[in-house]
Amino acid sequence: MSVETTPAPDIRKKEALFSKKNIRTLRDPLDDNNPITVQVLGICSALAVTVQVKPAIIMALGVIFVTAFSNLIIALIRDSIPSRIRMIVQLIVVALLVTIVDQLLKAYMFDVSKKLSVFVGLIITNCIVMGRLEAFAMSQKPWPAFLDGIGNGLGYGIILVVVAVFREIFGSGALLGYKIVPQWAYDMGYVNNGLMVLPPAALFLIGVYIWWQRSRNKKLVNVS
Amino acid sequence: MEHYLNLLIKSIFVENVIFAFFLGMCSFLAVSKKVKTAFGLGLAVIFVMILTTPLNYLILRYMLGEGALAWAHPSLATVDLTFLAFILFISTIAGAVQLVEMVVEKFAPTLYNSLGIFLPLITVNCSILGASLFMQEREYNFAETAVFSIGAGTGFFLAIVLLAAIRERLRYSNIPEPLQGLGIAMIITGLMGLAFLSFSGIQL
Repeated sequence: MSVETTPAPDIRKKEALFSKKNIRTLRDPLDDNNPITVQVLGICSALAVTVQVKPAIIMALGVIFVTAFSNLIIALIRDSIPSRIRMIVQLIVVALLVTIVDQLLKAYMFDVSKKLSVFVGLIITNCIVMGRLEAFAMSQKPWPAFLDGIGNGLGYGIILVVVAVFREIFGSGALLGYKIVPQWAYDMGYVNNGLMVLPPAALFLIGVYIWWQRSRNKKLVNVS
Repeated sequence: MEHYLNLLIKSIFVENVIFAFFLGMCSFLAVSKKVKTAFGLGLAVIFVMILTTPLNYLILRYMLGEGALAWAHPSLATVDLTFLAFILFISTIAGAVQLVEMVVEKFAPTLYNSLGIFLPLITVNCSILGASLFMQEREYNFAETAVFSIGAGTGFFLAIVLLAAIRERLRYSNIPEPLQGLGIAMIITGLMGLAFLSFSGIQL
């Protein structure tokens, strides 16, 4: 799980600047309070874009951008939103940010945008975004809300990339498009696992990841 | 006629919103602990889906698409507002859900009591917005959109009731502790997805 350790040095470097509580806000969603495996949010789009690593990374970046800035914007205007229509206000803010992401992707990375197809638009209804807005941004100051958005986006991205790495290596013998499995292995009779490119494989992998995470961290057992 | 029947079968079984695209997974996993509540949510999703997807089609066709505003004034024929699709689609859905909630509350209080809590949840159900976006991407016409929305809603209904039935039985089985709950639900959804793959290629 080398992917999981990558954000760590970044956090430690900033620790002097940030208060301990803010660090926890940023770090908790990466593992102990992961949006996908613990909070059970945002599974919708997480699974369909993980056949290859590259779209998964782009998708994760898009989600980090949207969660961070929607949390920030909502936290800034939280006192002036009437509670009866807060859902619609939140959705408009999120839809605006997603439109920005979608237009940027269409302009600069058209092939990836085609591959992600409707799933960029589905960031709007990604439960992580709405869930964090409701649970955190509506009641917190802008700066912690921003960090919470980044943390949850990263926690989502980690799962996405882990699943995508497994699926691309075993499903098509490659990583980021480069061949990993050498030709002589194929000559000796190695065959790519066709199951890995099918949709259900993502569910199995996440199921196993949850199993592994909960047997390592007993206090997560029976959360849901 | 055959074309539409084909599309219906395809959207219910072959390209099931849950098993082929994972749309609406959040409520699918959260509300599938009992068959009765799953049944209620499934019905509400079908209803909102049938209402919003054709509505969004009309919005796309007569307001947003390239040259769609030509009916208002000839000089608007070159305007292309497609980039506003996300904002208008989600507003339609949020508005429709709120409207449905009020109407149901007024005229069918018993139904409201059984669906009540799930109705607002449907706004953020990915499968609803997903259906509208698929409609845009695959360039369906109005009749196809209507058939597709029925199929997609029924597919969701079928999937959530099936999973709820299995999970009710699972309570009596001996599963390793860390795998209980979410973990096993994921793996079972995967197995059901594999079973649904066997529908692929079915043509009428």
